[in-house]
Amino acid sequence: MSEIEVLTAGALTTVQDLGRPGWAHLGVPRSGALDPDALRLANRLVGNPEPTAGLEITMTGCELRLTRAGTVAVVGAEVDVRVGDRPGDPGRPLAVPAGAVLRIGPARRGLRCWLAVAGGIAVEPVLGSRATDTLAGLGPAPLRDGDRLPVGVPVGPPAPVDVTVPTAYPQELHLTARLGPRHDWFDAVALDRLYGTAYTVSPLSNRVGARLTGAPLPRAVPGELPSEGVVLGAVQVPADGQPLIFLADHPTTGGYPVIAVVDDVTPLAQARPGTTVRFHGPQR
Amino acid sequence: MRIRRVGGHALLLDFAAPTDSEPDSPDALTPAEPVDPALVEGWRAELWRRRERAELVATEIVPAAATVLLDGVPDPAATAAAIRTWTPMPPLTTSAAAEPVEVPVTYDGEDLPRVAAHWHTDVPSVVRRIAQTEFRVAFCGFAPGFGYLTGLPAELAVPRLPSPRPRVPAGSVALAGPYAGIYPTASPGGWLLVGRTTLALFDVRADPPARLTPGTPVRLLPT
Repeated sequence: MSEIEVLTAGALTTVQDLGRPGWAHLGVPRSGALDPDALRLANRLVGNPEPTAGLEITMTGCELRLTRAGTVAVVGAEVDVRVGDRPGDPGRPLAVPAGAVLRIGPARRGLRCWLAVAGGIAVEPVLGSRATDTLAGLGPAPLRDGDRLPVGVPVGPPAPVDVTVPTAYPQELHLTARLGPRHDWFDAVALDRLYGTAYTVSPLSNRVGARLTGAPLPRAVPGELPSEGVVLGAVQVPADGQPLIFLADHPTTGGYPVIAVVDDVTPLAQARPGTTVRFHGPQR
Repeated sequence: MRIRRVGGHALLLDFAAPTDSEPDSPDALTPAEPVDPALVEGWRAELWRRRERAELVATEIVPAAATVLLDGVPDPAATAAAIRTWTPMPPLTTSAAAEPVEVPVTYDGEDLPRVAAHWHTDVPSVVRRIAQTEFRVAFCGFAPGFGYLTGLPAELAVPRLPSPRPRVPAGSVALAGPYAGIYPTASPGGWLLVGRTTLALFDVRADPPARLTPGTPVRLLPT
C-alpha cells in the first residue's frame, strides 16, 4: 500500500475530513476540517470525493514523503510548497514522484492549510470519520515525526484546473452573529459591547475555540446555567466575560451562557493571534 | 416550554422558561424553574421518533439538564411552529420498559466520607442509597459516553470539589450536583468519587458506541 512518511510533523498536523456529525447526544463532538470548503476544494483538485480525509497543517508547515508517486493539492494559508527541489503551486494538483520530499513551508499569511492526496488518508475511521478530535481524543493522534499514514487508491483523475479562488487573510474579520439563545443573561451594556468592540484573537485559541480578548461582557443574571447543547459558532461567555467562539472540536454541551451564534466560522480558521474580530448582527 | 433560536440552523427547547408564542419575541428575564428530567426525556424521545418518521429534519438531537437542542435544522421557523403542535411522549413509554444497564461498582471512592457529611449520614448508608437508586441517563456530555444519571432527590445534591483533580481514573463513579456519572476515560474532574467500575462505557466499535445513552435506566450495583 502507498504511504505517507511524516518526516517533520510541525506544530500541529492532523488528519481531517468532514467530521462525525450525528453523535452529539452521546457527547461526541463533530470535529472535522476547520474550513471544510478548503478541504473539499483540495480533494476535488486531486480527483477525490469531497469528504475524503486529508491533512490539516498548522502554522509551521511539515515535511512528508510519498512512498509511491501520487498527486497532492494544498489549499488555505499562503505557504511555499516544494516537491523535491522544485517549487509547486498551492491550489493546483501537484505530481509528487515516489520518494520525493514534499515540503509545506510555514504560513506567511493565514494559519492553516489542507493537503489532499489522491486516494485520501486511509487510516481506520472512528464513528464514520477519520478526523482527529483534539478535545475528545477520537480518531488518529496528531501526527508525530516518523509516523506512516496509509494512502487509499485514487478513484479519479486530477482536476484540469488552472486557477482557483485564493483564500482571503483579512487583518480584520467581520462575523455575522445572531443573538441568542442566552442573550437574556446579559445586560444592555454587554449587547452594545458585543457589537461595538474590536476583539482580538488570543494565542490560546485552538481547534476547540477562538478565544477573544477585549471589552468584557457583563452578565445580568448571576449563578450557573445548567449544561445545555451548544453549536458550532456559539459565542460562549465564561465568568471573566471574554467571549469564546466554538470551532470544530467544541464540546457538545456547555455551562456558560451563549450570547450569540456566528453564522460562518470558517474565516477564523485563518485568524492568527492578534487578528481583529468584529461582530455584526443581522438585526442591526 | 420556550423555543429559542440558536443561530441560523438550530433551536433550543427550553423547559425552564415559560411558554412563548413567538420564537424571537423580546425576552423577559425569568427565573429558571426546576425541570423534571422525565419531561426532557419525553421530548427527546418524541423528537427522536419524529425524526425516525421523517417528520423532523435535524442532524443532532441533544438533550441536557433543562433543554433539548436541535442542530442542523434547515427551516427553524417552520420546525418551531411544528413542535408547538407536538406533545412529549409520556415518560413511562420511552424506555422505562427497557432492561436497566447494571453497572458493577466497587464502592471505595475517596470522597465517600465527604458525601456522607453532605448527606448527614454514614458511608454505608451512602452506598446503600446509591445502590438502591433507579438511575436514568438524562443526557450525555463532557466526554464521549459520559452520561449524567438522574434519580437522586434534589436534596441530596452535592457540590463539586473546590478545585478539580488533575486526573480521575477511567471507570470512576462519582457524584456532582443532582447527578451521578461514570468517567469513561481518564480525565481531569471535580466530581466526588464514590467508587469505580471495570465496565467499558464507550467503545467506538460498538453500536451504539456509548453504553449509557439518553433515556437508559441504570443501576449502580455493589460488586
